[in-house]
Amino acid sequence: MNDGSEKQPGLSVLDRPNSYIGKTVPRPNLDRLMQGRGQYVSDMVLPRMAHAVFLRSPYAHAKILNIDETAAKAMPGVIAVVTGAELAKVITPWVGVLSHLKGLKSAPQHAIAIDRACWQGEAVAAVIATSRALAEDAAEAVLVDYEELVPVTDMRTALDPDTPVIHADLGDNLAFERNLDAGAVDQAFKDSDEVVEAEFVFGRHTGVTLEPRAVLADWNSGEERLTVYLGTQAPHMVQNIAALHLGLDEAQVRVVCKDVGGSFGIKVHIYADEMATLALSKLLRRPIKFVADRVESFNTDIHARDHVCKARIGVSKDGTINAFEIDDVTGIGPYSMYPRTSAIEANQVVNLVGGPYTTQNYRARTRVVFQNKNVTCQYRGVGHPIACSITEGLVDLAAQRIGMDPIEIRRRNLIRDDAYPCGSPSGLKFEALSHHASLDKLVAMMNYDALRAEQAELRKQGIYRGIGIGSFIEVTNPSAAFYGVGGARISSQDGVAVRLDATGRVICQTSITEQGQGSESLTAQIVGSVLGVSMERVRVILGDTDNTPYGGGTWASRGAGIGGEAALQAAKVLRKNILDVAAAILQAKPGDLDIVDNAVVDADGGQQRIELHELARIVYFRPDTLPPGFQPELMATRHFVPREYPFAFTNGVQASLLEVDPQTGFIKLLRHWVVEDCGTIINPQLVDEQIRGGVVQGLGAALYEQCIYDERGQLTNANMADYLVPMSGEMPDIDVGHVVSPTLESELGAKGAGEAGTAAAAAVVSNAVNDALSPFNVTITEIPLTPRVVLAALGRI
Amino acid sequence: MTDLASISLTVNGERISAQVLPRLNLADFLRDHLGLTGTHVGCEHGVCGACTVRANGDIVRACLLLAVQVENASVQTIEGLSDSGEVSDLQAAFRDRNALQCGYCTPGMLMAAQDILIHEPQADREQIREHLSGNYCRCTGYHAIIDAVEATARARSEQAR
Repeated sequence: MNDGSEKQPGLSVLDRPNSYIGKTVPRPNLDRLMQGRGQYVSDMVLPRMAHAVFLRSPYAHAKILNIDETAAKAMPGVIAVVTGAELAKVITPWVGVLSHLKGLKSAPQHAIAIDRACWQGEAVAAVIATSRALAEDAAEAVLVDYEELVPVTDMRTALDPDTPVIHADLGDNLAFERNLDAGAVDQAFKDSDEVVEAEFVFGRHTGVTLEPRAVLADWNSGEERLTVYLGTQAPHMVQNIAALHLGLDEAQVRVVCKDVGGSFGIKVHIYADEMATLALSKLLRRPIKFVADRVESFNTDIHARDHVCKARIGVSKDGTINAFEIDDVTGIGPYSMYPRTSAIEANQVVNLVGGPYTTQNYRARTRVVFQNKNVTCQYRGVGHPIACSITEGLVDLAAQRIGMDPIEIRRRNLIRDDAYPCGSPSGLKFEALSHHASLDKLVAMMNYDALRAEQAELRKQGIYRGIGIGSFIEVTNPSAAFYGVGGARISSQDGVAVRLDATGRVICQTSITEQGQGSESLTAQIVGSVLGVSMERVRVILGDTDNTPYGGGTWASRGAGIGGEAALQAAKVLRKNILDVAAAILQAKPGDLDIVDNAVVDADGGQQRIELHELARIVYFRPDTLPPGFQPELMATRHFVPREYPFAFTNGVQASLLEVDPQTGFIKLLRHWVVEDCGTIINPQLVDEQIRGGVVQGLGAALYEQCIYDERGQLTNANMADYLVPMSGEMPDIDVGHVVSPTLESELGAKGAGEAGTAAAAAVVSNAVNDALSPFNVTITEIPLTPRVVLAALGRI
Repeated sequence: MTDLASISLTVNGERISAQVLPRLNLADFLRDHLGLTGTHVGCEHGVCGACTVRANGDIVRACLLLAVQVENASVQTIEGLSDSGEVSDLQAAFRDRNALQCGYCTPGMLMAAQDILIHEPQADREQIREHLSGNYCRCTGYHAIIDAVEATARARSEQAR
């Protein structure tokens, strides 16, 4: 008997015969996508569907004096022109604050601006027509009188007394401030042999999902129900918000999420223009579709990062790190995004700086300020790349100052692998991390000593190669501590319902969603393994609030760890139920039976007793043959959320090898290595590809990506030709290795892996560039590391 | 408003006649008029490669061509290449290697990959990376895609031997 119940946590389904867990198996949904037969929201068409185009403010800050829609309304195909004031009759404004971020404030935000536009790109009116092209034509004929106001663009001066206040009612431009002072920081710096300071600058960048945001809203006034087709990571959150602001019951809103063309946190939010589209459908009583074009995406998809952080580290000559201190400022645009708020990233930076290291002396301040630029919010690896770049940049600077190898200083300060459980000075609880095992593995994978020798040899020939190392921690599997405690109605639980149908196949409904990470695959792998059913017989249904359990969705690397555990637990219950039925039919004891290869077998010997399809046939069509009083239940539901630790921390380490051309400032990436510990690995290939994809998003931030605003708040590179993202020609191969420390919070033991790649990629590139440029006595603490930045640091321009 | 123009062309081997506005681009024509939604639109200015299709044998950006420009042309989309089986081995390699995540870039990526496999069947990793540099992928980091195309190149050349 091997149903898992007698096993130690973390082991049960892993050692079942024919387990899919830990095996690379292809994702079930790939053929559809490869044949062009996916269904993204932009592909969808409904009867009487009309298209919305938003007229957007050309100014970063302006009063809206008058909107003249007369000419536009007379144009071919135009159904309506709707202003913010008109739309406000069917949708209420919102304020993006959370109560656990004490003092966080924001102003009411409308679906369409009413009196004032607060960033270049904010919608000021909607044009609805029978086609997108006709709506665009008509939008050009809408005349808006603006009075341009002084824009607040520079976050460094946003709090100065002579800077205008964006929302007068709020009193100032400070959205949120957090201070932390742990240990004895002043004494620790005093006791240090060296104190190294730097100012770190992080460009503002954005997700550039290849499919722009798209929504199709269908208000059916006959049913009094709104169906929302949306590429989202959190369907139930959208259902709740839509109902709340449209004056509906949750039961009147259905959110359907089909294929999603990239998300990365960009699609975990609900945007003003999407809310407006829902309201327009209700107002006009017909399906309305809005698909952002690429320029709109750059101007309205959330941006992220945008930090300036003064930081210092105190170190002893023996390499002991004594203290970290940071003073961070970040600009978030004119509103805190709703409902997750734009203060989370800065909060994470405070939480995560110094995270891998033993020192308990840590002081931090972060100030989150309003600006007249597009809003920022959570994007892949929220706060991680900032915190990691600061921490690992400081550690390298300290090592350089005392003349110690970057690997050696880390070995002397990373939390020991046998020190857990333990805590960080910012209050994080670590269950079990593996910094040293990971670093050892990385050093072996990259053949560190040989690379150093090669580097020295090449340097003699005038070739400047650099090696960068960066350890990191990664927040995954968030509990209610992320949003729930702050009052946001974003589920931290996820649920899975599993049932055996009448042909012996398994149908599995899960509240996590699929945007390409492999949610469908990992759910089918877990359910198939627990039930003893082949994966081809498991169908996974997700992304539909009418047809899945209530849950959080897929964000913050929670799909495998939370949704996966719910799937495991639901499947265990169904397995027991199936064996109860089998025992009744076979007049056997449930404990003497097992399920293997789609059939009930004897636990001893494995002799086949009854196939699942035959069992299901009896249950559904001939229940009269079952013993009196026996009620078979071939469906089971379970939910899961971690309770003991608010988050599962994973850890890892990355390294970059690159070459800098001091003549041109160009950086050529040569090789990249990652070792990561995400606990139990469900599908090794999917984990590796999550990490590789994350690394490349981090490399984009390190070298290319930046939303560039001018002093008037105009986004000057809002297109793919000017906003550079990594392409295949510039990217290196990425070697991925693993250390496995399963979390004991769940039977599955899986932690997340989605943020890991992004967390440290920019840090190791920066460290490698500084290593390469060390002969020039140059230190750069700014990303993106464009040729201009490199040449300026070298004094060549 | 300009008058509609008549066009005739072949799409995936099927004869098509249509009335279109001269400003209509090929991507929108394929998607909205013919329902061939496998051709994706990512940037609408010729940078991302998601709308890559084949016109008279050459890969083109469907967002940069007008529908009226493909008069009399033979256009092939991902649906056509899939149904004919022309790229079935490449698709299998993508599946085995998980060379796609969200799948949005994938039709364009497969069109571009098949193009280099036809024109430079011996292409090495570096050449494949170079050739696919006009196709953005935001999910995979490209490594897996390069692996899949390289594996297909090797398998095809072994088969040809």
